[in-house]
Amino acid sequence: MADYLHGIAVAAQGVPTTLIISLVAVLAGLIIGLFVAIAKMSKHRILRGIATAYVDVLRGTPLMVQVLILAYGVPQLLKSNFGIQFNWTHFIIVGFIACGINSSAYMAEIIRSGLQAVDIGQTEAARSLGMNSRMTMRYVIVPQAFKIIVPAMGNEFIALIKETSILSVVGIVEVTRQGTLWASSSFLSFQAYFGVALIYLIMTLTLARLVSFVERRLAQSDRG
Amino acid sequence: MIEVKNLEKSFGKNHVLRGINETINEGEVVCIIGPSGSGKSTFLRCLNLLEQPTSGEVILDGEKINAPDRDIDKIREKLGMVFQNFNLFPHMSVLDNITMAPIKVKGQARGEAEAEARRLLDVVGLLDKAEAYPSSLSGGQKQRVAIARALAMKPEIMLFDEPTSALDPEMVGEVLAVMKQLAEDGMTMVIVTHEMGFAREVADRMLFIDGGVILEQGTPEEIFGNPQNERTQTFLSMVL
Repeated sequence: MADYLHGIAVAAQGVPTTLIISLVAVLAGLIIGLFVAIAKMSKHRILRGIATAYVDVLRGTPLMVQVLILAYGVPQLLKSNFGIQFNWTHFIIVGFIACGINSSAYMAEIIRSGLQAVDIGQTEAARSLGMNSRMTMRYVIVPQAFKIIVPAMGNEFIALIKETSILSVVGIVEVTRQGTLWASSSFLSFQAYFGVALIYLIMTLTLARLVSFVERRLAQSDRG
Repeated sequence: MIEVKNLEKSFGKNHVLRGINETINEGEVVCIIGPSGSGKSTFLRCLNLLEQPTSGEVILDGEKINAPDRDIDKIREKLGMVFQNFNLFPHMSVLDNITMAPIKVKGQARGEAEAEARRLLDVVGLLDKAEAYPSSLSGGQKQRVAIARALAMKPEIMLFDEPTSALDPEMVGEVLAVMKQLAEDGMTMVIVTHEMGFAREVADRMLFIDGGVILEQGTPEEIFGNPQNERTQTFLSMVL
């Protein structure tokens, strides 16, 4: 029993790292994703092409591979091709960038579907009142799209928390890495990874509750 | 006041409007009738450029408005529009629905815009709903708010696109009463409608559109009493 508790305690030490990476990534993903979504809906063909390629590449390759390219591939490329000596001083930055960019591709699709889900009549009503397209987007479409995408955004955040476990392969000491380190020194693999699993479960369930609470609050403001 | 010359509109291969010529004068109430799919709504939507005409001219107060260099947003301030499906903004209170455009587009002060909104809500009989959200209103109430919202921009012309078609029968009357009041106050109105009784009562002139052209026009007495065109006769015999 004491071994199990110890495993949980060890895994819990990685929670701040896992959460900060997830949070930074989801916020970066949201901001970059909004621009990518707007670019994808643009009338400009080249802009639309770039945005589409961006989303396709990031969704079509594993996060693990993206992390490896960024963590090891980029420094080697800089050194061998440009003679620049570059090393990541803090690998957590790799986590921020890789997860943020990866998340932005998923966010872009979520945001785009949300913007497109708002009834066309809303745009027509706003435009017929003399509002220009930017005002219409800002005051009419985006607020309604936001409500539509909150559940999907919550799911993305939850998925991201689990995905960050991949960062353990490049030595970022988040929840999974904490467990691995203790497992290899104590040989108590089951207890170590049981603790890891439980900690992830607590984080994701808590977050799922939080998302459905926000969802209910937003739904209420429609009813008045 | 608004003049349409050789207006044509196609959606891909679908040739909806096939040359419409029409002049609507200030203070006039024009009701447009015709079978569904005849192009009535498309014609109305071309007037405020929600649909860009394929060819022809739309002239408002002597100026051609469907030209690339014209500020469409500025022109639309003069043309209020009421939709079949109300299209109220669900995330805003009734008051905010009405005051948003005057504040954001015309730069009106909030206090001034709200006072005007309350006056308009009083006109449409919904002053007590100012703080309510659209989802708590009945269809008839939503449409009356939509009318107040359009009026808040002080338009020169009001366009109505089948304003009572999505309403339960018992709510049609309250919306028509507001529109009738508006007509009596001298507002220039263009109304696409299936409410023949209402059209007969308020219209100065009726247009019968079928197949993308105006087949017949005249006073309600002429259209209902003595229709000349065979298709007008067939249509009226089916709806009356």
